[in-house]
Amino acid sequence: MSETTVNRTMSNVFDEEAAENAPGGNVVGAYLAHLAKRRDDVVALSADLGGALAELREARPDRYIEMGIAETNSVSVAAGLAASGFIPYIVSMGPFSALKTGEQYRTDLAATNLPVRMIARLTGVSMGFFGTSHHAVEDIAITRSITNLTVVASSDNNSLIALLESTVDYPGPVYFRVSEGITAKIHPQIPTIERGRFVMVRDGSDLTIIATGVGTDAAFRAAEVLETEGVSVRLLDATYLKPLDEAAIVDAANQTGAILTVEEHNVVGGLGTAVAEVIARNGIATKLSIFGLPDEHLEVSLPNVLYEHYGLTGPGVAEQARKLLAG
Amino acid sequence: MVDAGIVAESGVLERERPASEQELANRSDWIRLQAMNLIEQAGFGHYSSTFSCAEIYSVLYYHTLRLRPSDPSWTERDRFLLGKGHAGVGLWPIFADLGIIPKEWLETYGKLGSPITDHPNMRTVPVDFSSGSLGHNLSVAVGMSIAARLSGRDYRSFVVTGDGELQEGQVWEAAMAGSHYQLGNLVAIIDANGFSGGGPTSRAMNIEPLGERFSAFGWRVVEINGNEVAELLTTFDDLPDPSSDKPTCIIARTHKGSGLKMMEEAPQAWHMGLMTPEQHEAAITEIEARIS
Repeated sequence: MSETTVNRTMSNVFDEEAAENAPGGNVVGAYLAHLAKRRDDVVALSADLGGALAELREARPDRYIEMGIAETNSVSVAAGLAASGFIPYIVSMGPFSALKTGEQYRTDLAATNLPVRMIARLTGVSMGFFGTSHHAVEDIAITRSITNLTVVASSDNNSLIALLESTVDYPGPVYFRVSEGITAKIHPQIPTIERGRFVMVRDGSDLTIIATGVGTDAAFRAAEVLETEGVSVRLLDATYLKPLDEAAIVDAANQTGAILTVEEHNVVGGLGTAVAEVIARNGIATKLSIFGLPDEHLEVSLPNVLYEHYGLTGPGVAEQARKLLAG
Repeated sequence: MVDAGIVAESGVLERERPASEQELANRSDWIRLQAMNLIEQAGFGHYSSTFSCAEIYSVLYYHTLRLRPSDPSWTERDRFLLGKGHAGVGLWPIFADLGIIPKEWLETYGKLGSPITDHPNMRTVPVDFSSGSLGHNLSVAVGMSIAARLSGRDYRSFVVTGDGELQEGQVWEAAMAGSHYQLGNLVAIIDANGFSGGGPTSRAMNIEPLGERFSAFGWRVVEINGNEVAELLTTFDDLPDPSSDKPTCIIARTHKGSGLKMMEEAPQAWHMGLMTPEQHEAAITEIEARIS
């Protein structure tokens, strides 16, 4: 049996039925429908990814704006809606969101401080089967470097709901890096997520794993394995990538003496880089390992195969932890 | 000189405020003079791109747009977006004159911390949207026009784009969306002065035939001389009702540097720069001689 438990088999991303039956449910679609039913100022824009928004489309057809395969236009149109009092949610594919429209994020949303929410679904290698064009492994680097852009990432459905709910009325733009298909109950209940704070999934004293998205799922499983080996693991879910929880990073370094970061992103410019910057700025001596996808042309295959190949699994992350602690 | 028009008790400047052609032509030259002074004060600026759209500014702000200067974010106002943000220097004298910004702000132009900048910034000055990156603002105006529909308001969204700006692919994404969503409350004015920063627009990348292209994208198209006040007046007065179902594209054929002989003869050289004091004085004399 595969060690990978993220349920990322490929499905037709345009298909409404597939969206409704997605592993763990169609949280983005259900939540936006819920929002649009109770608030007149919420609109959803789809860059040809409306399959997941069937419920909203039915309940509030005038609050569903299909933009077609035009991501850049979607962002700027959303800016115009936001400047007119609306809270637009743009739902688009991860590979074609931040990488393609970073300039529109910066100029039209962040520099103007408009409350647009960019929901990047299908991030990381979740569309890895389709080829390099569909890998979304640069978005943390791009979005974190844009001044005044809030960057959040869900690790399971409960954290996604918490992030969506807690940011509805945030006055500026928010980029959502959505990881779907994670069925592990990393957060058994909907967590309270404070702006700029990590969520502590478990506490420990020998090692801190700071992880995000699919990385958190793998780290969650790794922590259980390591615990049986007598290694006490603190697991921090980096639901906020910007602003970053610097205090939690400093505490982790001082209190556990070893930090392992895990992410489904290029190891250049992602969560690990951000954590390393904090450690360096604070002049802390600590063991640190950055684990993610290598800075090379990635293999092309089904997502679960890619997670196995690159070690973004429970055993894979446990092995990284052992190496770090032995070093 | 034309005054700000009829100001209702509410402080609203209504659409189609009375203004004679001569008054609006004079106002266009006043905009040129004021822009020159601001550029002189700052030490650098965009001359000829601003001059080409002086009549468009004049007719929009002193006749066509519904505004409430005392409350620039009034929800019922007509929106104005400057896609070609590098002509921002022509807006600030108008804003100060109408009372949208304090007159003293003009003295800060070009200085550190000034709220009025070469390209408009909505965080510091009450423009309807920031600009600077070409190709964005028609999309933003599509969003504003959709917002008008969703909220049941009858404002129009006007966008002035450069002709070189049309080389940006996003403009055509916006053009598609404008007709797809049947936005009769959306008006694109193309300041077709024939030049972009690097030279003649269509030598770099052919954008013609503009009328046929916008027609093919489902827009109502009007082609006029954009430096002729009379033609602008007729065109704006004849705009279809905002509730109609076709966006309007006004192809305003203009001269880059219009209104000053030395710029008309060397439009590209005057895209940006600074006049010598002698050129500045001569330009004032030439323009003032025309104002009656």
